Amino acid sequence: MSYPPATPTRPLRLIWLQSGGCGGCTLSLLGQQTPDLLTALRSANIEILWHPSLSQATGSEARAILNAAADGSQPVDILCLEGSVIHGPNGTGGFHIMAGTGKPMRDMVESIAAHATHVLAIGSCAAFGGITAGGDNTVEATGLAYDGTRPGGLLGPQFRAKSGLPVVNIAGCPIHPGWFVDTILQLAAGDLTPADLDEWERPLAYTSSLVHHGCARNEFYEFKASAEDLGDLGCMMENLGCKGTQARADCNTRAWNGSGSCLTGGYPCINCTAPGFESPGHAFSTTPKISGIPIGLPTDMPKAWFVALASLSKAATPKRLKENAASPTPILLPHDRRKPRP
Amino acid sequence: MTDTPDKPRLIIGPFNRVEGDLEVRLDLAGDHVESARVTSPLYRGFEAMLVGKPASDALTYAPRICGICSVSQSIAAARALAGVRPAGLERRLPPANGAHATNLTHAVENLADHITHFYLFFMPDFARPTYADEPWHAVTATRFMALKGSAAAQMLPARAGLMNLMGILAGKWPHTLSIQPGGSTRAITRAEQARLRLMLATFRAFCETTLFAAPLEAIAGLSSRDTLYAWAESNQGDFAHFLRLSQALGLARLGRTALRHISFGAYPSGDGPLFPRGVFHAETATASPLPLGAITEDISHAWYRGENGPPRSATPTPDMANPDAYSWCKAPRLDGHVAEVGALSRQLVAGHPLLRDMVTRDGASVESRVTARLVEVALVTLAMEQWLAAIDPAAPFQDTRPRLDTGDAMGLTEAARGSLGHWLRLDQGRITHYQIIAPTTWNFSPRDATGTPGPLEQALVGTPIRPGESEPVAVQHVVRSFDPCMVCTVH
Repeated sequence: MSYPPATPTRPLRLIWLQSGGCGGCTLSLLGQQTPDLLTALRSANIEILWHPSLSQATGSEARAILNAAADGSQPVDILCLEGSVIHGPNGTGGFHIMAGTGKPMRDMVESIAAHATHVLAIGSCAAFGGITAGGDNTVEATGLAYDGTRPGGLLGPQFRAKSGLPVVNIAGCPIHPGWFVDTILQLAAGDLTPADLDEWERPLAYTSSLVHHGCARNEFYEFKASAEDLGDLGCMMENLGCKGTQARADCNTRAWNGSGSCLTGGYPCINCTAPGFESPGHAFSTTPKISGIPIGLPTDMPKAWFVALASLSKAATPKRLKENAASPTPILLPHDRRKPRP
Repeated sequence: MTDTPDKPRLIIGPFNRVEGDLEVRLDLAGDHVESARVTSPLYRGFEAMLVGKPASDALTYAPRICGICSVSQSIAAARALAGVRPAGLERRLPPANGAHATNLTHAVENLADHITHFYLFFMPDFARPTYADEPWHAVTATRFMALKGSAAAQMLPARAGLMNLMGILAGKWPHTLSIQPGGSTRAITRAEQARLRLMLATFRAFCETTLFAAPLEAIAGLSSRDTLYAWAESNQGDFAHFLRLSQALGLARLGRTALRHISFGAYPSGDGPLFPRGVFHAETATASPLPLGAITEDISHAWYRGENGPPRSATPTPDMANPDAYSWCKAPRLDGHVAEVGALSRQLVAGHPLLRDMVTRDGASVESRVTARLVEVALVTLAMEQWLAAIDPAAPFQDTRPRLDTGDAMGLTEAARGSLGHWLRLDQGRITHYQIIAPTTWNFSPRDATGTPGPLEQALVGTPIRPGESEPVAVQHVVRSFDPCMVCTVH
């Protein structure tokens, strides 16, 4: 076990592969700002050996790089997989034959992972199976080290990269560019340790928070003043399926695309950083309830207390919040009492 | 498909700097491509995944079909859901603000895709060593070499700045849920409208100093290839740089097709769409109404079993046993004919004089496809300024009244790379049928039952191979000129 590895004196060489996914994590990553992605990589002393969207090399040139990485002759410091590992149909891997090779993509991923210093799952597909594993999962999609919540996947629960670290799961659908950049900056500095990862091996850099933290709708949550339709200003937990109080990410304290988040966009958190988020067992934008009480309340709070506090706070809801909650634009604004409303 | 083992063959894969995984097989005859087969090697199964789900879940799943056309997928799904209605009843349109906000969101994605394609995917091929002896190579490599070129350092911040409109309009990108059958979930305040104006002005400045080095209006107004070439002669922008390379390499005569061009129509508003729906016929240089009922999918050379037929009813299932198959991509056809889609097709249907002139002279080509994309950057940025100004923050952005939950409908739109359609059926709020035809499904379709190759397969025939090339550079120009999105293609 040797994390951190000896201080690198040469660039860290990165290979990025894509399999059963949408490419959205790469596209999200291109939105990295101040500095832009390429500048951020350079400043972390990372050299891209190959990335499907960004590299010059194509066809046999690309195969030469990947084959050398797969047989260990080309050292790889960071292997990133975006998209789930595809095992179907019937365990053959035939639903994703890597172009130009005639072999399942999962074979290439497995071979390079065996030699890589660090292995990163980029997005919830690569970490857990994700959206690609939705429905009946006829394509037999898994993550690198998990199949949904079950340890397993392509590499198995015992897998450790050469650094001694398990697969680092930068889960999310898609990832925030900052989640990736934080992680590789730590890897480059040699100070990403198991203590920096959570129970699903996601970087605590973004999963030590709940999406609830910093949510602009917190005042509505406090008083259980609820939105009725998507786009309403109120809290979306009671009716619209919002999982922000359980979801692990910093979406409301680390802005998306300069200023946004799902919640500021007017739609609920679907807990996309968690294994199994793709099959919530109910419509994504509808809260399942038992006798009028939402199931899946905040996990670390006794249910009876939550219900008691909720009914108390509902009774005390200020008129401003009650009226604004079910409206897409504020009806009543905050007002300083020392100056009467006109 | 009969193999011809006596012919020299090249298999190119992974064919990168496209969205997703792609393999191209070429049979060669001397110094050129004799025939081509295009393989989409990844199947994920979204159509099957959606069956049985609550109707509204389509809006969470559909954008995740594709990380680069995410908003287009959302729009197609939202429009399909909005289209479920009693027979004979008019479609209930979203309020004007909803249409404008959705158009802006869609336009941000499409423009980001256009410049991503140009700078990151397409132009790096001119930096290849095979061109080292060309007088333009050194300056081109310095500017456009993948990962190292000076252009990316300007383009990436400009693209990310453009994407900041998404933070306000859509919460985030990709995979927003702000686009709904009734409009947008995100009401825009007057202050936000002003902030969006500033962001858009910043993007315009990038275009006018770096990409075009000319006013957007001048680009939008180019009316013939002669005026385009004359303009490019002395211009210092990146578009003109491409046009000079294009003339030096004869890209107006590379990757040519003479096919029908389809547009589903894009950016609707009360005054009609910015770009209309229709079919363009190259032989008469005219556009006509698009017979939507004549769209079918052929699976004779794809890994499926089931029936060929219209997407509203046919539901092929994956089956690798088909001996003639070589792709997960089905072959969409219009009334049995191969058709091309994309920015060029949109502008041909819309009647843009420059693109019609280019195609009348030489057919659809690498040059005209790339030119159409960049002309659209100018056209759409100008339209965005109008949509943004037309938003009235005091009026609604969404019609949230309940919708019918049983019936058939389709949702059509235009992604950056061409026509996208969703066909669905709902039964008491559950999805019972879902079929998707994506832009690259048209362009990169395999052969059909008559043996007719798809658009890229046709465009590659005759492409020159330089001595000793294993990844022929001209093939790369042709393939990437379509701006393919492979993850959408098979979904």
